[in-house]
Amino acid sequence: MADTLSGAGLNTVKSPLFREVRKGEVRKHIITLTVLNELGVLARIATLIAGKGYNIEGLSVGETHEKGISRMTLEVIGDDVVIDQVVKQLRKLIDTLKVKDLTDVPHVERELALIKVHTATPRARDEVLRLVEIFRAKVVDVSPETYTVEITGTEDKINAFVELVRPFGIKEMARTGKVAMKRESLPQEEE
Amino acid sequence: MPRKGADIVIEVLKEEGVEFVFGHPGGAIMEVYDALYRDGSIRHILARHEQGAGHMAEGYAKATGKVGVAMSTSGPGATNLVTAIADAYMDSVPVVFITGQVPTHLIGNDAFQEVDIVGITRPITKHNFLVKSIEELPLVLRQAFYIARTGRPGPVLVDIPKDITQKLSDVKIPSSEAVKESLPGYRPHLEGNPQQIKKAVRLIMEAKRPVLYVGGGAVHAEAQRELVELSEMMKIPVTTTNMGKGAFPELHPLALHMLGMHGTYYANMAVYNCDLLIAVGARFDDRVTGKVEEFAPQAKIIHIDIDPASISKNIVVDVPIVGDVKIVLRKIIEELKREGGKILHAEERQKWIEQIEAWKKRHPLSYVKSEKVIKPQYVIEQIYEATKGEAIITTGVGQHQMWTAMFYKYSFPRQFINSGGLGTMGFGFPSGIGAKLGRPDKEVFVIDGDGSFMMTMQELVTAVQYKVPVKVAIINNGYLGMVRQWQELFYDRRYSEVDLSVQPDFVKLAEACGAVGFRAEKPSHVREIIEEALKIQDRPVIMDFHVDREENVLPMVPAGKSYRDMILEDGKRSVEAETMYLVG
Repeated sequence: MADTLSGAGLNTVKSPLFREVRKGEVRKHIITLTVLNELGVLARIATLIAGKGYNIEGLSVGETHEKGISRMTLEVIGDDVVIDQVVKQLRKLIDTLKVKDLTDVPHVERELALIKVHTATPRARDEVLRLVEIFRAKVVDVSPETYTVEITGTEDKINAFVELVRPFGIKEMARTGKVAMKRESLPQEEE
Repeated sequence: MPRKGADIVIEVLKEEGVEFVFGHPGGAIMEVYDALYRDGSIRHILARHEQGAGHMAEGYAKATGKVGVAMSTSGPGATNLVTAIADAYMDSVPVVFITGQVPTHLIGNDAFQEVDIVGITRPITKHNFLVKSIEELPLVLRQAFYIARTGRPGPVLVDIPKDITQKLSDVKIPSSEAVKESLPGYRPHLEGNPQQIKKAVRLIMEAKRPVLYVGGGAVHAEAQRELVELSEMMKIPVTTTNMGKGAFPELHPLALHMLGMHGTYYANMAVYNCDLLIAVGARFDDRVTGKVEEFAPQAKIIHIDIDPASISKNIVVDVPIVGDVKIVLRKIIEELKREGGKILHAEERQKWIEQIEAWKKRHPLSYVKSEKVIKPQYVIEQIYEATKGEAIITTGVGQHQMWTAMFYKYSFPRQFINSGGLGTMGFGFPSGIGAKLGRPDKEVFVIDGDGSFMMTMQELVTAVQYKVPVKVAIINNGYLGMVRQWQELFYDRRYSEVDLSVQPDFVKLAEACGAVGFRAEKPSHVREIIEEALKIQDRPVIMDFHVDREENVLPMVPAGKSYRDMILEDGKRSVEAETMYLVG
């Protein structure tokens, strides 16, 4: 049958051909957004990410120096390819001004945590205080039973501190989620 | 001068050049209806169900390219619009939906007919607003029109609390410039990157076996002239998606017609074997690609689209160009002309065209004709002939939709109106009413299924009330035919809940509503009835065609399969056994 067609003289083969399909690595991404501080802007962003089946692992929002403009930092674990899609769709939202995936860009990131540690014994108080010093944290509230520690730094630093005080008993903990910013000190390609 | 918020709504609608509002009143939107009544210059079409109003606005927008407007009250009025909003979102239809909302002080109180429609429609609108004060009302409304119409078009919803429609204010209507400036985060990219355009031009000149793959974006951008010019100049065959029909004239010798699941053999073969695929305003939908690994496996891909998020979504492309399709194509053509418009492999290009001709001859679209029973494809061919290929066609969703896509030949953009992305049964009839109101100069045929028609048939009364002479051809097989076809092919003929043989007498139904009804049970009656229907110009006509019950839509690529698995028109052979693959 095929011979009636191959008369056109194009080269033919019998075996099928395949296209390479791009698959991404699944990892944590840090995305920063500048947005108009409009009603529902956070809901729009959250809806979009949830719609991809992804959970927002960390989130921080605050006003910038410009009136009516807020800055957000999002942490999302997801497939590189899908996250690329998410970033493009976030850019499409009417209320977003700038969206950047900082994951592979040199950047500064900081997080703040408040940790209420059980410190009923003098030994515990000494030990925790020493850790606070080593980590350049701060005790911001004291009760006969507890120290409340404020610590800022990278995620790793805070995680390390948390693990060290965990044996004493953590009564409560609140973490802010990251804020992140691109480094200017290294030569960068513009997005 | 101070006037009510409701009057501001009407003022903005007039400023935006709105001719029709499709809607249904209710408590929370009453002020706006009162203002509409007092003003008297905008025509309101009272749908019998808000979903109908939504689809009418879509049909109007799709047929005219203007922004459609649909309006409803809060709560159930708003939720009834949801299907139409999602439909407009999937098919990028510019529609502004205006909903009434309970008064501001009651929001969040579970008030009577309260629903958070802004929350509900967030993932299915291009943007939406809850109006917070009368001062921002005119700006928000104008932003809604601007956002709906520009960039990749889409639905925008504006939810207006009742107290805001009642308040008085002398706030001015902002200028178009002010509207643009008020949206700093919204700047659609139109021009296309010159470097990428240069790369595309190179690929087009070097290609041996190119294909243009054209989608709905080319219709929105009105790029028909550019497509014909590019295709003819560089001898590139053109396949269109369901949404792209009409963007390239289907009688053109380079037309390959539709590709994908129910695409033609020759379109699918061309795409499978091409070495360059130029996607224009199309989004590599799963109904088009089938199994992604085997979609155009050898091809370099150029993708022109106004929406950056559509590019490299389903398939990674080699040359992405973000921009307005018409503008970018024009630039490509100019650049090609500057380069002398040379086809570098002219001999191979000629062989490619001949190869495609051979494929076209080998498996043209066809069906087994009959003298005894009416074949659905025959009805559509007869409508095509009777209307000289000039009618605007709308459809519901299912087998009839695919036959209508295949057997009517479309020659101009906005001629074929159907629900492509969402696949909304019930879309056809109301969208036909909207299309006819927008294009009174054209015959409008709704080619519907019996199942689809029954989902929105209440709008028959609406069409009678406004004397809208749409012609409704029901391809009546007494089945939910597409589901039945899948059950036949993939579920061993277990026909679960698809029998619709208990149904109204559509002729009597038409008469009961004040329309005209005809029925055809023999092939010889088909043309007769269509000619009769065409004479009626003061009310809708229902034509009930009793067709072969178990006819299938073929060819077909089963969902998620490769083009190699395409079932051919006799329903038995597949492509694989008789295909060879072309290589460079």
